[in-house]
Amino acid sequence: MTEVTFRLWRGDKSGGEFKDYQTDVTEGMVVLDAIHQVQAESAGDLAVRWNCKAGKCGSCSAEINGNPRLMCMTRCSDIPLDEPVTVQPMKAFPVIRDLVSDVSWNYEVKQRIKPFKPRKPDNADGTWTVHQEDIDRVQEFRKCIECFLCQDVCHVLREHSKHDEFIGPRYFVYTAALEMHPLDTEDRLPEVKEAYGVGYCNITKCCTVVCPEHITITDNAIIPIKERVVDRFYDPLKRLFRKLFAKS
Amino acid sequence: MVEFKTHEHDVLVIGAGGAGLRAAIEASAQGVTVGLVCKSLLGKAHTVMAEGGMAASLANVDSRDNWQVHFADTMRGGQYVNHWRMAQLHAQEAPVCVNELESWGAVFDRTKDGRILQRNFGGHRYPRLAHVGDRTGLEMIRTLQDHGVHQGIDVHHECTIIRLFKDGERTVAALGYDREKGRFRLFRAGAIVIATGGIGRAFQVTSNSWEYTGDGHTLAYDSGAELIDMEYVQFHPTGMVWPPSVRGILVTEGVRGEGGVLRNSEGKRFMFDDIPDNYKAQTASDPEEGWRYTQGDKDARRPPELLTRDHVARCIMNEVKAGRGSPHGGVYLDIAWIKEKLKDAEQRIKKKLPSMYHQFKELAGIDITKEAMEVGPTTHYVMGGIRVDPDTQQSSVPGLFAAGECAAGLHGANRLGGNSLSDLLVFGKRAGEYAAKFAKENSGGKVADAEIQDAITEALSSLERQETGGENPYEIQFALQKDMQALVGIVRKQDEMDNAIDIVDGYRKRAQKVAVHGSREYNPGWHTAMDLHNLLTVSEAIARSAGSRPESRGGHFREDFPDKDEKFGKLTTVVNKGSDGSMQLRHDPVAQWPDELQTIIDENQK
Ligand SMILES: Cc1cc2nc3c(=O)[nH]c(=O)nc-3n(C[C@H](O)[C@H](O)[C@H](O)COP(=O)(O)OP(=O)(O)OC[C@H]3O[C@@H](n4cnc5c(N)ncnc54)[C@H](O)[C@@H]3O)c2cc1C
Ligand code: SF4
Ligand code: SF4
Ligand code: FES
Repeated sequence: MTEVTFRLWRGDKSGGEFKDYQTDVTEGMVVLDAIHQVQAESAGDLAVRWNCKAGKCGSCSAEINGNPRLMCMTRCSDIPLDEPVTVQPMKAFPVIRDLVSDVSWNYEVKQRIKPFKPRKPDNADGTWTVHQEDIDRVQEFRKCIECFLCQDVCHVLREHSKHDEFIGPRYFVYTAALEMHPLDTEDRLPEVKEAYGVGYCNITKCCTVVCPEHITITDNAIIPIKERVVDRFYDPLKRLFRKLFAKS
Repeated sequence: MVEFKTHEHDVLVIGAGGAGLRAAIEASAQGVTVGLVCKSLLGKAHTVMAEGGMAASLANVDSRDNWQVHFADTMRGGQYVNHWRMAQLHAQEAPVCVNELESWGAVFDRTKDGRILQRNFGGHRYPRLAHVGDRTGLEMIRTLQDHGVHQGIDVHHECTIIRLFKDGERTVAALGYDREKGRFRLFRAGAIVIATGGIGRAFQVTSNSWEYTGDGHTLAYDSGAELIDMEYVQFHPTGMVWPPSVRGILVTEGVRGEGGVLRNSEGKRFMFDDIPDNYKAQTASDPEEGWRYTQGDKDARRPPELLTRDHVARCIMNEVKAGRGSPHGGVYLDIAWIKEKLKDAEQRIKKKLPSMYHQFKELAGIDITKEAMEVGPTTHYVMGGIRVDPDTQQSSVPGLFAAGECAAGLHGANRLGGNSLSDLLVFGKRAGEYAAKFAKENSGGKVADAEIQDAITEALSSLERQETGGENPYEIQFALQKDMQALVGIVRKQDEMDNAIDIVDGYRKRAQKVAVHGSREYNPGWHTAMDLHNLLTVSEAIARSAGSRPESRGGHFREDFPDKDEKFGKLTTVVNKGSDGSMQLRHDPVAQWPDELQTIIDENQK
């Protein structure tokens, strides 16, 4: 057991500051446990968002010593405890209070993306025949717990605030999952190029690094989507081919 | 007068887990306006945590499966105190509901011939659980969420309902507050569906999240609805036990379905020592047969590790009590041993149980492909809840419907793994359909302003006391959880339960003096203070119901009455709020099923 100082951001939209709280850290504790302990001991109104405490719901995202992390999956023993541990809300989104940020923009973005539209069922009983190897990639994308840590770390949103022109890595993963879904018949590529702003991504891979679900966001989702856009819109030969052979 | 904002919907759904989302989608499909309220953000409800799968007799892996076998398995698992009609509807409609999820974009694991893959789970005769690795709940909630947001449903997230209002006998409105600012909101509706999930936070060791404070149970109860079967709480046999901060987090039954075995400190597979008579014919006679079963051999019978949860949990308790437990008070669950059988064991474990692999690696520093896990029982699920009509899901209060974990009847004394996710779909859909129908026929109820202001005043009372001081809400919550675990937990005794009723009463008095600091804006202290009433109500209901059943059955185990009593096997415990505000308890006969269902049950005994 060690007494550790947690330097927590307290405040709201109108401003705030870091405040120090001491609490005992025992074996196996995660940062979220420490926050809860502070809440019960000395700051009853400390705002924090969480649900599952098992890395499954993606609610407890914050920046721990400056790194975007899930608080419930960050073990205290993995961070230096001899100096204050800072915890603050995600920077790419407006703050609501203390450690809670306003992530509503993400929900609005998703709403804009065209939903799943399956082909007609393959079988008389209304089911489809799909093989495992055809869905491995899509299943990787569907592991996403919508923690928005990738959105938080992406410089296009974080530093350049392009929230109106760029949907962010989470939603390229989402779009890719739909585009690569073997049953889907919708076409989202025109939007990917224009409204979703895939061109802003310069493949820094910061998003992939922070993803708690270890989704290879850049290599498996964003790059293939960029390639599809290039194929469709910038490759003159392909375009001509499509024109000639397009079904009328 | 405190201000509030008013919203109008034909149907209001409280809760956005699998049941609430499915209800909202169905109501919307019936052409009525729908509001959906939930305490946390959309897509974060408890359903997201479900791991193993959803049960439906698709018969993709074993063609002998059909709804009749699923029905018989559910009734046997529930020890025949289930509502037969719910068990029947559930078994019949689950396959369609699972296929429907696929048509909305869910991506299930596949069989070799390209159909939805199904896995083995405790108490299910054939491989029956459609799944996606060990994150089936995430797949389900995300599919419903992504489909639902395009159906014109108004979502109010991070908003908590604290009171329901009636006009005469009929439910007509709900009052809530938003977490962000603490503003009050009144939702008027023609019909209300409660889909708020469970009560696990009434106990100290639980796999459940903070949301599980029994809100829906209490809202319905306070509104005059009946609760049944509250003595039946499921303690899942395998929760993490070490380190202390993760105690209770679930270790999916899928580990045992994939071949994982339980051992005590002497290395013995103790589950072979105690196999209940009514499961003997279906249980493997040796480890080799059990292994073959987990690998899909249709002639093999299941290993005893896959007996029902109540039984496995008690066997684990017995090992620990007898001094044969692991260092931190559990037993060993070993999946790493399968490397003796399979060359690609490590890959297989990571593919089939990815989140278990990560959970242990990241939270306990254990590599489950190499070492055994330490596990012990954890409070997991409540079979009891709001009494509903099996076909329409309407409670005993007109206009008030319930679906999902907060409703009762389907699971009887013990729920089979996988039967919850399918429950959410089948009965969420039904609740949405019948609530919409009700709303079309009834609308425009009145609520007196004074009643609303009363509820608001009560909600604000803990904040009002911050100057004068009072009890700390967190302290009361922790103390209650500790006492419930000790006195009404996995092994029960009459004097302890009687004691628990008094203790709960004491906490109720203290809860009335709770004081919290700060403002109404995103203030967890205030939220905790308001949740106390719900936790206390369900705790009392559990303690009273359990105390009224002098026998052991399913999730309800009594040290002083360790056997089943046929007389009580024909009775359902009912609690409701009396006119003086105190809790009333009675026993009603269990609904008797028609002969043709008895024939199905008999045929499947073999
Ligand atoms: C770790 C774990 C693993 C599981 N695995 C499986 C499995 O493999 N298979 C299976 O069948 N079952 C499983 N279960 C059980 C199953 O997940 C749950 O029973 C089920 O998800 C409950 O769904 P629900 O829709 O009833 O409620 P939930 O998904 O819990 O949703 C409840 C909703 O109600 C809202 N709410 C609550 N109170 C209020 C209020 N006062 N005001 C407004 N909103 C409110 C919440 O915010 C939430 O949106 C598992 C459970 C756990 C804990
Ligand atoms: S790879 Fe692209 S999306 Fe990801 S962080 Fe970098 S710029 Fe953002
Ligand atoms: S892709 Fe990864 S980091 Fe981004 S929201 Fe999903 S889980 Fe979080
Ligand atoms: S609380 Fe669910 S991911 Fe941390």
